[in-house]
Amino acid sequence: MDDFFLMALAAGVGVSMVAGPLGCFVVWRRMSYFGATLSHSALLGVALGLLLGINPMIGVVATCIVIAAAVFSMERDPRFAADTILGILAHGMLALGLVAVAFLDNVRVDLMGYLFGDILAVSNDDLIWIYGGGASCLLTLAMMWRGLLSMSVHDELARVEGVPVSAMRLVFMLMIAFVIAIAMKIVGIMLIVSMLIIPPATARRFARTPEQMAFYSIVVGSLSVLGGLAASATIDTPAGPSIVVVAMVLFFVTAMPGLAQRQA
Amino acid sequence: MINSERQTPLIRAENLTVSRGGQAVVDNINLTVDAGEIVTLVGPNGAGKSTLIRALLHLIDSDSGVIEREPGVTIGYVPQQLEIDPTMPLDVRRFLRLGALVSLEDMNRALEEVGVPEVIDTPMQGLSGGEMRRVLLARALLRDPDLLVLDEPTAGVDFGGQAELYELIRTIRDRRQCGILLVSHNLHLVMAATDRVLCLNHHICCEGQPDAVTRNPAYLELFGSEAVASAMAVYTHHHDHHHDLTGAPIDENDAHHHEHTHG
Repeated sequence: MDDFFLMALAAGVGVSMVAGPLGCFVVWRRMSYFGATLSHSALLGVALGLLLGINPMIGVVATCIVIAAAVFSMERDPRFAADTILGILAHGMLALGLVAVAFLDNVRVDLMGYLFGDILAVSNDDLIWIYGGGASCLLTLAMMWRGLLSMSVHDELARVEGVPVSAMRLVFMLMIAFVIAIAMKIVGIMLIVSMLIIPPATARRFARTPEQMAFYSIVVGSLSVLGGLAASATIDTPAGPSIVVVAMVLFFVTAMPGLAQRQA
Repeated sequence: MINSERQTPLIRAENLTVSRGGQAVVDNINLTVDAGEIVTLVGPNGAGKSTLIRALLHLIDSDSGVIEREPGVTIGYVPQQLEIDPTMPLDVRRFLRLGALVSLEDMNRALEEVGVPEVIDTPMQGLSGGEMRRVLLARALLRDPDLLVLDEPTAGVDFGGQAELYELIRTIRDRRQCGILLVSHNLHLVMAATDRVLCLNHHICCEGQPDAVTRNPAYLELFGSEAVASAMAVYTHHHDHHHDLTGAPIDENDAHHHEHTHG
């Protein structure tokens, strides 16, 4: 087995380990469109990072935070529906990112790589980001697990019971921004949300507690990465999209018995 | 527990005003809840009941006025609505432990107290309306609260179940001597289970003991036909036969006439 294949696998599993548990909250809190909006803004972050000569990952995280703050403040405005705002920002920011990349004359930007992932080009630096940042993300998530779960069930009840809801929401958003930054390399900006949504959705069928669902999400995500990379290696399909296709197939195969039952 | 000091209220609001879009939704309210006391907010839809509760719980900012809690007061809160996303696998046991890390023994005791000991392993999404209200109450009780704040504690419960819930709330007060602030628009049932009623329509229209409030013109005006109907129900019940001034039963037509001459 090739070295780059193993590194890709390590990177994909590493991202799944963070994306699974965080993705559960994205599913529970019905924030998938919000996740899509942030991830579509990531290209602008890459462009800004390159423009300013800093690590594009930092550019991505910073841009996501600004966009998330914009969404939160605009959502309070009764003149706009929340999903309209998300739609405007999701597509507007992607377009702005594409325009910004076009301005970068002196830097060669692998646009396809950013949009659809370039997992086979994962570097040691990427792995350090994924595992170092991922471990701190998971640790943080473990520490705020009960509070975050409580506010996902009922925001006001959690507040009355003393959960620091605003602070937790901010940290949660930071973690989402981080996952987007590291998952960008794996499946690309256009497909990042699938890493957050599909494994938890599949895991839901087998889980009886929130913790089980988070754990099974990691398993399902890792299996998807393995399957996608195997397909890429054997029949030469593009790696990032293959991972997402495998994840989708796993979802439908496991959901099938339930769907058939409902039909009958 | 703080409930031995009956002089200081558990919570006190003074001249509390909350505005939305330049209009006072909650207008200059004074309110106290003492330990061992059930205080009920009644009022029509949109009267600002929930807004007042949420301001008292510091869930929203108030524009002016003072809210004081006795130091160290623990509040148990039962919100009006709780919809758990079907994608979250959460049974009652796990739900109860979200509020505080409590033992299985405590959970069983709390569920016993609210009358649904059998639901501990039921998924939250599988509870009936009445069971849901009771589980929410159990979660609030697990905090060993000095003050219970219940927003429409009978929402989504059928009529018979509502009476039982109010009965339960009274039992909880008797047993724990905690203060209870509850919101209701079920006038008739709540009147039997409360010590003091505040009739709210942005400002406080009238307040006092339940039987006094139900006879207050401000209350009757606010609730219109509903209040009249429930007053009639009480009236009919108490006067299913009639008496003259000496106490001797008399016939219907005379009684009718009697009322008219004095009416």
